[in-house]
Amino acid sequence: MSKKVAFLQGNEAAAQGALYAGCNFFGGYPITPSTEVAEVMSAELPKIGGKFIQMEDEIGAMAAILGASLAGSKVMTSTSGPGLSLKQELIGYGCIAEIPCVIYNVMRGGPSTGMPTGPSQSDVMCAKWGTHGDHPAICLTPASVQETYEEVIRAFNLAEKYRTPVMVMPDEIVAHMRERIVFPETGEIEVTPRKTPTVPPEQYKPYDTSFGDVPPLAAFGSGYKFHVTGLNKMQDGFPTTKAEVVQAEEERQVRKVDANIDDIVTFEEYQLDDAEVVVVAYGSTSRSARYAVNAAREQGIKAGMFRIKTFWPFPDKQIKALAAKVKGFIVPEMNLGMCALEIERNAQGKAPILGIFRVDGEPINPDQILEKIKEVK
Amino acid sequence: MAFDYDKWVRPGKLPHIWCPGCGHGIVMKGLIRAIDTLKLEKENTAIVSGIGCASRLPGYMDCCTLHTAHGRAAAFATGVKMAKPEMNVILVGGDGDGTAIGGNHFIHACRRNIDMTYIIMNNYIYGMTGGQFSPCTPTGHKASTTPYGNPDPGFDIAKLAIGAGATFVARGTAFHANQIDKLIAEAIQHKGFSVVEILDDCPTTYGRRNKFKSVIEMMNRLKEVAVPVKAAEKMSAEQLQGKVLTGVLYKEEKSDYTSEYAKVIERAQAGK
Repeated sequence: MSKKVAFLQGNEAAAQGALYAGCNFFGGYPITPSTEVAEVMSAELPKIGGKFIQMEDEIGAMAAILGASLAGSKVMTSTSGPGLSLKQELIGYGCIAEIPCVIYNVMRGGPSTGMPTGPSQSDVMCAKWGTHGDHPAICLTPASVQETYEEVIRAFNLAEKYRTPVMVMPDEIVAHMRERIVFPETGEIEVTPRKTPTVPPEQYKPYDTSFGDVPPLAAFGSGYKFHVTGLNKMQDGFPTTKAEVVQAEEERQVRKVDANIDDIVTFEEYQLDDAEVVVVAYGSTSRSARYAVNAAREQGIKAGMFRIKTFWPFPDKQIKALAAKVKGFIVPEMNLGMCALEIERNAQGKAPILGIFRVDGEPINPDQILEKIKEVK
Repeated sequence: MAFDYDKWVRPGKLPHIWCPGCGHGIVMKGLIRAIDTLKLEKENTAIVSGIGCASRLPGYMDCCTLHTAHGRAAAFATGVKMAKPEMNVILVGGDGDGTAIGGNHFIHACRRNIDMTYIIMNNYIYGMTGGQFSPCTPTGHKASTTPYGNPDPGFDIAKLAIGAGATFVARGTAFHANQIDKLIAEAIQHKGFSVVEILDDCPTTYGRRNKFKSVIEMMNRLKEVAVPVKAAEKMSAEQLQGKVLTGVLYKEEKSDYTSEYAKVIERAQAGK
C-alpha cells in the first residue's frame, strides 16, 4: 500500500505531527503567523475525543496545557514572538515543576509586534534565555514541511523522555510554505510514552531521583495524590530553601538535558567531507545555503553546510571540530547574529565567522550566501 | 466528638505559615468540613492556587495539589478540569492574586462557567510581600505603597464574578466560621463556576496600618459589616450603608463548560 501524501503548510503539518504523537490537549491563543495550528487542532482533536481550548491570553494557554499535562494529557500550544515572551513565565514553571509539554513557536519579526507576517529567526535566544533562572532548554528548528511534521513528533518524545518543555521553532517561511508531505504509517515513527510510577501511591514522590534524573510522573486523578509547586522543591514536591537540596535539584534539572546531548542534538552534514568553507544554517535559510553551496562547488570552491536541526542544546562539539579544520564559517540568519555568537563561542578564534544578518522581513537568498563564501580566503 | 480535621491534612506539613490572628486557617477548616461532608475523594480532588499567603493552603491538604504561578490558578485549573472533567477542582487564593494579576483568568473562568469552585480569601492586601494595596483595598486606607491613603477604588469581587458570568456567587467572613463550610459545600455541589468570597483579616500588614488595635477588633468589624442577604431585604438603603451582604448572593442553573465541550466532541464525531 502506498503511503498517504498531502500538500500541506508547515503549520498544518505541525498539527498533524502532534496528532501522530498522541497529543490530546491543545491550549491556544490566536496569533499570526501560527494560528493555523490552533485551527486544525480545534477541528481534529474533538474527533478523537481530545480537548481544544482557546484561552483568554497567551499565559492562560500555557497554564492550561501545564494543568492538562499534570492531569495526564499530551499537550501542545502554538504561538509566535510576542506570545512567546508572554509564555516565558510559565515555561519556567514547566521547567522547574518538570511538566512535559510542546511549545510550537513560529518566528516572525520582532521585538514587540514587529512584523507579524514577516519571517525571522530572532527567537532562538529567547528559547534558551527567555525565562528567568537556570533551566534546561530544548529547541528544534525544522527547515521543511516534512521536517516540521517529524520534529513535532520528536518534540513530544523528548518532552516525555526528559519531562520538560520542548520548543519547535520554524521561521515564518517554513510555517507558511506548502510542500509535499509523506505521512508515516501508524507505528512507523516511535512515540515515547510518559514514564509513570511503578510504586504504589503511598510511596510515590514526584521528584524521586532513585529512578534516575528523570523521575516518573503520575497524573492527577489516577489514584496518586501529590503536590506540585513552582518553588524550589524537594523530592516529595514540597518547597524547600535547604541549600544543598536546592543546589542538587537545580543541577539535576539542567543535567537531564546536558548529560544527554548526543541523544537530543541532531544536524545534517552536507558536503562537509572536504569543505574549507562551512555555511552554518537552520530553518528556511538552510535552503538558500544548500543552493549556494552547490553553486560554489560548481565554481570549484570547497564549500559545505552544517545544518542545525536542534538549536538547543547547541551542537557545540560538532562546531568545535569543524573550527579546527575549516578556513571559515558563513552564518546566514534572519536576526542580527544570534547563531553567529554561538559559533564564535565554539570556534574560539580558530576560524573566522562571516555573518549575513537580515532583519528586514525578507529571506536570505542564495546569491548573498555565495558572495560571502567567495570572501573566505 | 470533635471534628477530625487531621484526616484531610497532609501528614507532616503543619505548622502552616500564617501569622497568629490570620483568618486563612479558619477558611481552611471550613473547606475541610465542606469536602468531608460531601465525601469527596482525596485522589479525585485537585486543589489549585496561585501565589500569596492564601495560596499556600493546598500544600497542607492531602489531595492532588497544585501551587501554580502568581495569578494563574484559574488557567491551570481549567487545563486540569478540561483534561479530567470527572475531578473535583477547587481553587483557592487571595484578593491580589485573583483580581489583579489573575483578573483576566478569573473573569474568563466565570464566563466559561467551567465546573470549578473558587474560594477567594479577601484580606484587602498583599500580605506575603509585606502589605501593598490590592484591587480590594478600600479607598483611603493605608498600605505600604499607599502611605498617604489609597487613591484607588476597590473591586467588589462578588459583583465582578456575577457580571463576568459565574453561576454561583456567595460571600462569607472569617468571623462567621460556621457558615463557611456550608457556603463552600453548596458551591462545590453547584454545577458550573462557583465563587465564594471570604472576607478575611490580615492583622500583620493591614490591621496595624489601619488603626485596628487587635485581631479581635478586626474580627468584630467583619461581624458588624456583614448582613445576611435575607436580613438585607428588610433593610433600607440608609441602614445598608457601609454593610456587606453575606450568604448566597447569586445562583443560576446553566450548562457548564465541560458539558458543552462534550457536545462539541459529539458534533465533531458525528461530522456535523
